[in-house]
Amino acid sequence: MSKEQQLVTLALDGRALCVDVATVQDVIKLDAVTPVPRAQDWIAGVMNLRGHIVTAIDMRRRLGLAAAEEGARQMCVVVQLRGDAFALIVDSVGEVIGASADEREPDPPTLPPAWRSISRGVVRRADELLLEIDPGALIDTATAKAA
Amino acid sequence: MDELLQDFLEETAENLERADNDLVRFEQEPGDAALLNEIFRLVHTVKGSCGFIGLPRLEALAHAAETLLGRLRDGTLAVSADAVTATLDAIEGIRAITASLAETETEPEGDDAALIARLDALASGDAAPAPEPAPAPAPVSRSGHDDTAPVATAIQSQSIRVSVDLLEELMTSVSELVLTRNQLLQAHRQSEAETLSLPLDRLSAQIGRLQDSVMRTRMQPISGAWAALPKMVRSLALDLGKALDLEMAGGDTELDRQMLEMIKDPLAHMVRNAADHGIEPPDVRRAANKPEKGNIRLAAAQEGGHITITLTDDGRGLDMDELREQAVKKGLMSRAEAEAATDTQLTRIIFAPGFSTAREVTAVSGRGVGMDVVRANVEKIGGSIEVESKQGEGTRFLVRIPLTLAIMPTLIVGIGEARCAVPQIAVAELVRTGETTDYRIEHVAGSPVLRLRGRLLPLMDLAGTLGVERGAADHVLVIRSAGLMFGVLVDEIFETEELVVKPVSRPLGGLAVYSGNAILGDGSVIMILDTNGLAAEISDVSGEESAETAPAAAAADSEALLVFTAAGFAKPLAVPLSLVSRIEDIERSAIEGGPGAHVVQMRGKLVPIRPLTGVIDQTAATRQTALVFAMGPQSLALAVEAVVDIVDARVDIEVEAAAKGSLGTAIVAGKATDILDVGWLLGTGRDAAPGALADSERGSRAA
Repeated sequence: MSKEQQLVTLALDGRALCVDVATVQDVIKLDAVTPVPRAQDWIAGVMNLRGHIVTAIDMRRRLGLAAAEEGARQMCVVVQLRGDAFALIVDSVGEVIGASADEREPDPPTLPPAWRSISRGVVRRADELLLEIDPGALIDTATAKAA
Repeated sequence: MDELLQDFLEETAENLERADNDLVRFEQEPGDAALLNEIFRLVHTVKGSCGFIGLPRLEALAHAAETLLGRLRDGTLAVSADAVTATLDAIEGIRAITASLAETETEPEGDDAALIARLDALASGDAAPAPEPAPAPAPVSRSGHDDTAPVATAIQSQSIRVSVDLLEELMTSVSELVLTRNQLLQAHRQSEAETLSLPLDRLSAQIGRLQDSVMRTRMQPISGAWAALPKMVRSLALDLGKALDLEMAGGDTELDRQMLEMIKDPLAHMVRNAADHGIEPPDVRRAANKPEKGNIRLAAAQEGGHITITLTDDGRGLDMDELREQAVKKGLMSRAEAEAATDTQLTRIIFAPGFSTAREVTAVSGRGVGMDVVRANVEKIGGSIEVESKQGEGTRFLVRIPLTLAIMPTLIVGIGEARCAVPQIAVAELVRTGETTDYRIEHVAGSPVLRLRGRLLPLMDLAGTLGVERGAADHVLVIRSAGLMFGVLVDEIFETEELVVKPVSRPLGGLAVYSGNAILGDGSVIMILDTNGLAAEISDVSGEESAETAPAAAAADSEALLVFTAAGFAKPLAVPLSLVSRIEDIERSAIEGGPGAHVVQMRGKLVPIRPLTGVIDQTAATRQTALVFAMGPQSLALAVEAVVDIVDARVDIEVEAAAKGSLGTAIVAGKATDILDVGWLLGTGRDAAPGALADSERGSRAA
């Protein structure tokens, strides 16, 4: 794992996050979402991405953060997970960065369990610390909890 | 995986399937040299490829089979049932090894020495003992002349292999094209730019054709789902000691590839059932003056947007008395219902969960996987299944399935702000309710019901079920699904739309109320309701209460009851709701006749009306509520005071102890309530009824 990893930086309620670029299929503006009644609360609904139906994940709700302000312009990071596409709704999407192995740190012991379960560790940058999220864990742990 | 191996596995899978059918046909026509040649060539190809790639175990087995087939081909050996069985076993062995190869990419551990020895012994002409004793009758199955026959042998087909993923991708692109076209057309209508009209029309037409062609690439002949059946019937015949003949027609009927997969297992199950339970043993058939060989016929045809598949057997048919017994025993019908049920009603209960008329469990079927599973699978793909049977003459199943799962005609409905799509196949009727219409939604103890042509239709409040905001909720979709008929309350009914159905993502997969989702013409996504899931929701609600009192037996024993009060009875009485065909509100003056026999005119027919006890008090009120029961040609209106409630309650049928006129008791709201025996009520003279019932009423009062 000496190879440099490519990551996309994200912002969510003031927190700096990132996600492996290899899993990201698309970055789009949040558009019309059809709510799915009876679905779990962190599922914002379903949306049309150029003819493909993607399930939109309300990341703030999923991670127990305050809801976004009314009318806030949010972005979606579309990830592909075992055949299903998910749009992770975040506040903004930053840039693609490279992270080498020695820039990586394990989760700090103080990280709350809810975050720990979806974390792939911390990426150390000159000006900030980024938490890398694991999209698979993000969806699977919550889906399993409901089942 | 190694490309060479991949190609080999794909080719072998195809070859094996063909070999199976050829062998079964071959046993029937041992003189057919062309057929034998074909089989020999198939096995030979397998052997050749094995040696090339380096698969010693597979090669040895194929070689032994090839040797035997070679001897049969050049006539030095006569075709025997043993030889065919051994060859089939060898092919089964090859299939098992290749299946393992596909998974692990290496040959599985194992020893085929016994099988190879058997093949060799047969090839050398020794009378090799078969591993299991060969059954006495020589059963054979044959496929129809017009289906699985390898027409392709002579003509090299002009086709190429395309991965399913690529086809799916094409389909998605085309759907997106259609959407974009629709948006363009809409924009054009507003702008009225003349110059664009012609090219837009052409584009539109081309996209339509493209969509059609892409749809067709997904279509495959239904014989693909049948390929394994001749072999299955053949081995069933051997196992069961019956002579069976499988006829197949219309195998070239095309349907969606996905559909093909989903109909495969239900069909195999039905054929197995027909062979096991339908067709009688040869001696029974002989005694019944039937040909010894049982006939099972499978036919498919396209009718409009649907495929109909009929499965007919000339076996013993369904035993109506047995069905009646089982229906009562399993609590699916009351005794009175069962006695009065028509053959159609009786045959339908074979689709009820856990139902089996097989007296004993055989190795072949009757192990609890019943027709209910078949029905569920057929309904899951938007199809329907019916059965007709004549005792002693045979049974006929009729399965109707849509051509494709990919495109579904739906009705778009609105609930509050939300929109949902409902599969049109499940919608029997649309009813508008409200002040200005003939229909009103009424409430029985809080549960909404609709009187539809005198029938009581339970209603589902979709807004409540989905947990969304409610609007006017004045439209009713009458849904027929999972053997139930119920109404679904919605606010608005928009248009019908043909949707390209896509499965929901995993986190949404647990929601039984949705069968999929799709993109609408305006580009938004819509959820498609699963009417089976909704039906389950309805029965869930009614099951909850009874589950507390009798968790295990609740489902089987509980029954929807209509509770009413009647003059002369202190306590409410109940009748099974399923027996009430209508509730009528009759003008008192419309009741004719003297105190001895009252009649009332309903839809041009005179129907006797009578109270449970005493006589109708013609002076009391101006209107009279009556429950109308219909059994066969007979109808009877029962004058009651008022309908109190419709409940789902556990019913104790007291066959021995019950007084005449009473079917048993049910616990309704914590109190024992007598259930009226409607069959008895209809069957007896009018004078007998009041007294007997009054007796039972006194009895229960004393108790």
